[in-house]
Amino acid sequence: MDIAANLFYRYRRFVKVLRIYLLLAGPGLIVMLADNDAGGITTYTVTGAKYGYNLIWFLLLLLPVAYVVQEMTVRLGAVTKRGHAEAIFDAFGPFWGWFSFLDLALVNWLTLITEFIGMTAAMSIFDIPPFLTVIVVSVVMMLMVLQGRYWTWEKIAIFFAVLNLIYIPAAFLVHPSVGEVLAHGLVPNLPGGFNGTLFFFLMANIGTTIAPWMIFFQQSAVVDKGMKEKDIPWGQMDTLIGSAFTVIVAVFLVVVTGTVLYGMNIESAAQAALMLREIDPWLGTLIAIGLFDAGFLGAICISLASSWAFGEVFGWAHSLNLRIREAPWFYACYLLALVTAGGVVLIPGAPLILITLFVQVIAVTLLPAALVFLILLLNNEEVMREYRNTFLQNVAGIAIVGAIIVLSTLYGISTLFPGFIG
Amino acid sequence: MQYPGQGVRGWLHAVLRGWFARIHGINQKYATPRIHMSPGVRFALLFLRLYLVFLVLLLAYKFWTLVR
Repeated sequence: MDIAANLFYRYRRFVKVLRIYLLLAGPGLIVMLADNDAGGITTYTVTGAKYGYNLIWFLLLLLPVAYVVQEMTVRLGAVTKRGHAEAIFDAFGPFWGWFSFLDLALVNWLTLITEFIGMTAAMSIFDIPPFLTVIVVSVVMMLMVLQGRYWTWEKIAIFFAVLNLIYIPAAFLVHPSVGEVLAHGLVPNLPGGFNGTLFFFLMANIGTTIAPWMIFFQQSAVVDKGMKEKDIPWGQMDTLIGSAFTVIVAVFLVVVTGTVLYGMNIESAAQAALMLREIDPWLGTLIAIGLFDAGFLGAICISLASSWAFGEVFGWAHSLNLRIREAPWFYACYLLALVTAGGVVLIPGAPLILITLFVQVIAVTLLPAALVFLILLLNNEEVMREYRNTFLQNVAGIAIVGAIIVLSTLYGISTLFPGFIG
Repeated sequence: MQYPGQGVRGWLHAVLRGWFARIHGINQKYATPRIHMSPGVRFALLFLRLYLVFLVLLLAYKFWTLVR
């Protein structure tokens, strides 16, 4: 009887915790799953095809990296009640404020183009013309924000975030050998020895894990959601669960391409989806849907990150809880980003590959500054009080930020000068 | 609305003036950095400035190699 009562008590407690979590879940889960955007999905697809299961251990290492960085935005947003763009202006003055803001606007716009490239490529597999994809996506994304409630937008976004998990059933469709996945994937190894190509792949995987827009997005989302200091533990849990999911999705996608396409020359996720469709129509379809969803999820977060930043800097009303007449500039920025980025993809002969490469280089100029400012702001005792970084958080944060700066810089240089490393 | 000139030129003039005034206002609002400038903060900001200069030089070099 005691055991039954104890189990019932634990069950009720679990349900209660789950309910509170589902109420407060959002920014962490969305940003981490949106991290697996069209560019991220392409990187994991190509990594699996090139190195099989051998780099799964490296993807697992990225879980704490993503968590440590994004968790800081939760505390900063909940305590200061301001987005990252406004926080930089306020703490470091106009020079760093304008630099971060303008760089973010440019990087986000270019990244938005790459999301549209991913979405149109995915839909082309189903014979849907790019112009139709761009129009429908833009209309759906506008409808998502125009309903005037952050909560509703967040729940719709979570639906698309959960759809990102489509790669898990896809991995079961290819019937991988679990023993081989564990043997090759979990033991740290450098397939083919350390060389320039492997280094480029490792850096590309890091580059997709931490992007500047993620920092700005999550902090602004925490503020717009109205999270307070007491909600920080829930925000941290949300971010941790999101980090776990982002890595799980990456691992399962690598398992798919590592099982079926290992050793083949794959250059994009859309190409992989087409090839997989010939092997198993269901599998190819799942990969294509996943690619579209990844681009869509990335696009809704990136365009919002920009609109929030514009609102913060120029002092315009900027909240998803406001109607269009209450925050016209906020929604105008959002629409303008969508229309122009989608329009670029439709221009015949537009240099889309060049844009994709350019994103990586420009992101390198912003990422170190955004990360360093994050650490400095989290150490501002006057503002953060008991929520400032502890010694251990600083050790972890500084080590991770230092490593990201070095590696992302090398990644940017090797994009600019192919053959620079090995 | 009254513009100093007429037509598109006058409208453009007014719009640009409005934007410059807004940017000037933002610069004034945040003129004094509020973070305590400890040696650590100063070092971090110096590092970022040098890093930025390095990247600009790198991009300029890439541009030069492309043009050449």
